[in-house]
Amino acid sequence: MTAKDLLPIAIFAILAALLPVFVTAGTWLNFAVFTLILCLAAQGWNILGGYGGQYSFGHAAFFGTGAYVAAILQTRLGINPYPGFLAGIAAAAVIGWIIGFLSFRSGLRGSYFALVTLAFAEVFRVLANAAEFTGGAAGLLIKLDVRPENFQFASRGVFFWVALGLVTVVLVITRALERSRLGAQLVAVRENEDAARALGVDVFRVKLSAITLSAGITGAAGALYAQYFLYLDSSIAYGTWISVEALLAPIIGGAGTVFGPVIGGIILHSLSEFTKSLVGRIPGVDLVIFGVLLILVVRFPPRDIPGVIRAWRKR
Amino acid sequence: MSFLEVQAVSKRFGGLLAVSDASFTVAEGSITGLIGPNGAGKTTLFAIVSGFEAPNTGEIRWRGERITGRPPHLLAQAGIARTFQIVQPFAGLSVRENIAVGAFLRHPKRAEAIAVAEEVAARVGLTEELDKPAAALTVSGRKRVELAKALATQPKLLLLDEVLAGLNPSEVRDIVPVVRAVRDSGITVLMIEHVMQAVMNLCETVHVLAQGRIIASGTPAEVVADSAVIEAYLGHGAATRLSGGAHA
Repeated sequence: MTAKDLLPIAIFAILAALLPVFVTAGTWLNFAVFTLILCLAAQGWNILGGYGGQYSFGHAAFFGTGAYVAAILQTRLGINPYPGFLAGIAAAAVIGWIIGFLSFRSGLRGSYFALVTLAFAEVFRVLANAAEFTGGAAGLLIKLDVRPENFQFASRGVFFWVALGLVTVVLVITRALERSRLGAQLVAVRENEDAARALGVDVFRVKLSAITLSAGITGAAGALYAQYFLYLDSSIAYGTWISVEALLAPIIGGAGTVFGPVIGGIILHSLSEFTKSLVGRIPGVDLVIFGVLLILVVRFPPRDIPGVIRAWRKR
Repeated sequence: MSFLEVQAVSKRFGGLLAVSDASFTVAEGSITGLIGPNGAGKTTLFAIVSGFEAPNTGEIRWRGERITGRPPHLLAQAGIARTFQIVQPFAGLSVRENIAVGAFLRHPKRAEAIAVAEEVAARVGLTEELDKPAAALTVSGRKRVELAKALATQPKLLLLDEVLAGLNPSEVRDIVPVVRAVRDSGITVLMIEHVMQAVMNLCETVHVLAQGRIIASGTPAEVVADSAVIEAYLGHGAATRLSGGAHA
């Protein structure tokens, strides 16, 4: 990795960090924090789906695990939220490793892998809804206790910076992955598994590393969600909505690129907020927008918005 | 102890016996050919040697060690690399990145892997194409990429599955010296080939496979005169008809 590789990330982080200085309205900052959390979840998906070509439909399994572990450790066991946050990431990574081990060992690819991940996420949702220590259907409330050492901040701006910091760290991790042997092997697996094996790539190990890293990042998004909204239930944490968000943003913004998930996440949420403000709060109208956008993007190669813009400028 | 030894290998796909009791050896430092009519089982035999298929019976020995059924990535690490008859480029990547995937096997650092990739590209004549997407190359270019990826893993044994198929005569003339240079750099080559011009030119030893069996082995000149080989290619009785035709 060179300074040139990191420059765009640094520019993005610095410009974005100025936002709370100019925007102080609570609703706008709220929107920005929420968007960043979803970008983070999407960045996790991008490692496995974008770079590795393994399309997961169940990243909710990792988001939810991160969220529940972070929340349960502090509400039930009274553990400080910072180590709890790290434990959430670790737990999500372990779940990722287990799901990866089971499905990649059995050689699941393509739509079969997608279905299995979806099934895992649904199983977790049902279990979390039934179990007692997760608060069941009533959900889990993290006690409001606004102190920085308690990972709760009076100002939304501070939370924005925390979320931005995490997104930036993952941008750097993604760039480093791109420049590493693991990254090259992961892309090779995406492009042609047999050819990769012939060149000495241990396909199973590479996929397993990717899903573990991917799950950890999406787990961080879940843990951050819990810490910001201080409330969880099974359909938030393990709901299909987050699996869809995590895969739509990278696909629209450019799967297998460093900035893809962030660009996609920002576009998606700006559009859905914009539509909501135009037509009012019709339930599900944002999903309609997501669907239309997805159809438009996959209709025209290169199948992501940065590509469409490049194609336009070439005309 | 032979460099590579294929011992009584058989492979069955359902009712089809693709390879039947095939045995042959490859000497270190040689260019050995594996020829035979279409459907003879050459590619299946290659898949077995390179670990993509496990044989039903028989074994493969590599420098005295039994490697039967070992997965391809471990064989690649041990020094056996292969190309595919139907080229398998990483279509979305540049030529440089394609070759680098092979180079990463022995060079974990990106800068080194890229340097090795560029050096290998120069050996096979791809320097001009390094920045092009692999999907944009001609057939001849893709065959070179296929060869370069395998070479970049720095193998001791290189299995070439019809690298010359689909090339025009002048392109064949261009690649033949590349293959010879590969051998001269110390890599043993086992090649499946249909282009007889190249086989006669390159190979010291040729094994002929027909209907899953090895029916002849020897120098190229010996096997093309072998009556069993002529019959395998041209049909039963062809050898006698050919020699009879010479009398008339």
